[in-house]
Amino acid sequence: MEKILVGLKRAVDYNVRVRVKSDGSGVETDGVKMSINPFDEIALEEALRIRERGEASEVIVLSIGPGDAQQQLRTGLAMGADRAILVEADAALDALDRARVFKAIVDREGVELVVLGKQAIDDDNNQTGQMLAAVWDRPQATFASEVAIDGNTARVTREVDAGLETIEVDLPAVITADLRLNDPRYVKLPDIMKAKKKPLDTLALADLGIEASPAIEETHFAPPEARQKGIMVDDVSGLVTALKDKGLI
Amino acid sequence: MANVLLIAEHDGTNLNPSTAKSVACAANIEGAEVHVLVLAADAAGVAAEASRLDSVAKVLTVSNPANENALAAVLAPQIVALADGYDYVFGPSTTFGKDLMPRVAAMLGVNQISDIMSVEGSHTFKRPVYAGNAIVTVNAPEGHTVVATVRTASYRAVGSDNAAPVEAVDPGVELPTHTRFVELQTGQSDRPDLQTAARVVSGGRALGSSESFDIIYALADKLAAGVGASRAAVDAGYVPNDMQVGQTGKIIAPDLYLAIGISGAIQHLTGIKDAGTIVAINKDEEAPIFEVADIGLVADLFDAVPELTEALD
Ligand SMILES: Cc1cc2nc3c(=O)[nH]c(=O)nc-3n(C[C@H](O)[C@H](O)[C@H](O)COP(=O)(O)OP(=O)(O)OC[C@H]3O[C@@H](n4cnc5c(N)ncnc54)[C@H](O)[C@@H]3O)c2cc1C
Repeated sequence: MEKILVGLKRAVDYNVRVRVKSDGSGVETDGVKMSINPFDEIALEEALRIRERGEASEVIVLSIGPGDAQQQLRTGLAMGADRAILVEADAALDALDRARVFKAIVDREGVELVVLGKQAIDDDNNQTGQMLAAVWDRPQATFASEVAIDGNTARVTREVDAGLETIEVDLPAVITADLRLNDPRYVKLPDIMKAKKKPLDTLALADLGIEASPAIEETHFAPPEARQKGIMVDDVSGLVTALKDKGLI
Repeated sequence: MANVLLIAEHDGTNLNPSTAKSVACAANIEGAEVHVLVLAADAAGVAAEASRLDSVAKVLTVSNPANENALAAVLAPQIVALADGYDYVFGPSTTFGKDLMPRVAAMLGVNQISDIMSVEGSHTFKRPVYAGNAIVTVNAPEGHTVVATVRTASYRAVGSDNAAPVEAVDPGVELPTHTRFVELQTGQSDRPDLQTAARVVSGGRALGSSESFDIIYALADKLAAGVGASRAAVDAGYVPNDMQVGQTGKIIAPDLYLAIGISGAIQHLTGIKDAGTIVAINKDEEAPIFEVADIGLVADLFDAVPELTEALD
């Protein structure tokens, strides 16, 4: 196949302890470390491996978001992507609109495989890949833990509640990455230098002629209910007593 | 009135408990009339089970060999064809629903609300974001079908004293053949199902090997508990993936949860927020798991766990 498209979302780093703003308007992002959504990094690694096996010739990374997302795209280029596209948009864009952006780029570029992370660790939505597959009217192989490309089909093992499910899909298709698909490579300094010379195109949302979907409005953010402070016991017999006191054994 | 179409999850023979929990959520919508849709190769058995669920007004069935395995690309067009006239289309937020429902939503031209944890109004819901570190209130747009998944750990299953009518329906749509089921590997186990067990014992990286996990199984068997694990234990290959608890594994709500040799990373904690009592055994008194534990024991698990198993005789 020719081209693989990978989505890279700029998200709050997974190590950050997220705090809700006191006015409930969102979570604190000022001065907070931002990174590539971890699942997207895995998606990119998989696309690069497919290309390195000679099963694809180009990997394009796409981010939809603020101008700052260029940082994440540069990291993606340093990992080995061939070129990058930034579609500048409000961070609050809903998943269906994101899916429509991906579809527009798929059409422009003639993409045959899209690999996305299964979910973003900020909104935890787990939707964009499935929605893209729907608007594209193509197969979806979500929560992938193993991918094998064989000519015009892909065989994908999926992490499902019951265990591991294997499906076969015709290409073009959308695959979404789960955590155990691979371990993303580390970026080395020379790669960062090289990445500066790789092409990064910026498009405005309006350039793509996308019709906005009926939006879901986020009205208020609150911290989760705190659990009550527990007790510490000294030994196993103390634990048994505490469990008995609570009527649990 | 509010018409809700709820997509049943099942394995071809039995209804998954996620369905009865999703019904409980749907029933919280004012004036809800809940219809459960069973798509299967032969829907009769599962439909009979669904018709017993309280709060269900009707069960719709589509029996078609193409529905033998739950492939989102095959199920979604049938659901979309049958969604006409419904104000809400719901599914459980299990891997089944997470895979399927966004495809349905996009085909209907709407966004999806993932992981409803409470119904606040006809179009207002609460859901967790940032691995459960924030709870956001969302408004779905009026005048459009509301497509959503239900965070099943937030709900108790409805009872089953009902006898709702069952009706076979025909979506009359062509189904794609571009997606084909190959196989399903499941870890056969006689232990209680992790997602519904009243008690769960989980082990973490500290176990060090799959052999060492035997002490977790032994304790679990004494308690008639299901067994879970942290991502680190799954990644290290001590246990299979279907045992992972957390943001990217299973979200569970047992009455009793024992976290053994698990540090308590936020991604793990988000999976157990609704547990009744959390017990932590960890040799590091600074481990974050103790911040959420109801009962904490600082000890070496290789001493404490066999001792506890013994003490439960
Ligand atoms: C995007 C993303 C998603 C993730 N999703 C999940 C998820 O769904 N579920 C999940 O669990 N994690 C998830 N993680 C991983 C998570 O961040 C942690 O890395 C993981 O939970 C750690 O597992 P652990 O507690 O077993 O291991 P560790 O953090 O290494 O903790 C081991 C603990 O064992 C204790 N210990 C060691 N030896 C002993 C002993 N002999 N006796 C008693 N205690 C001992 C140590 O003190 C330590 O606290 C995710 C991470 C990312 C980035």
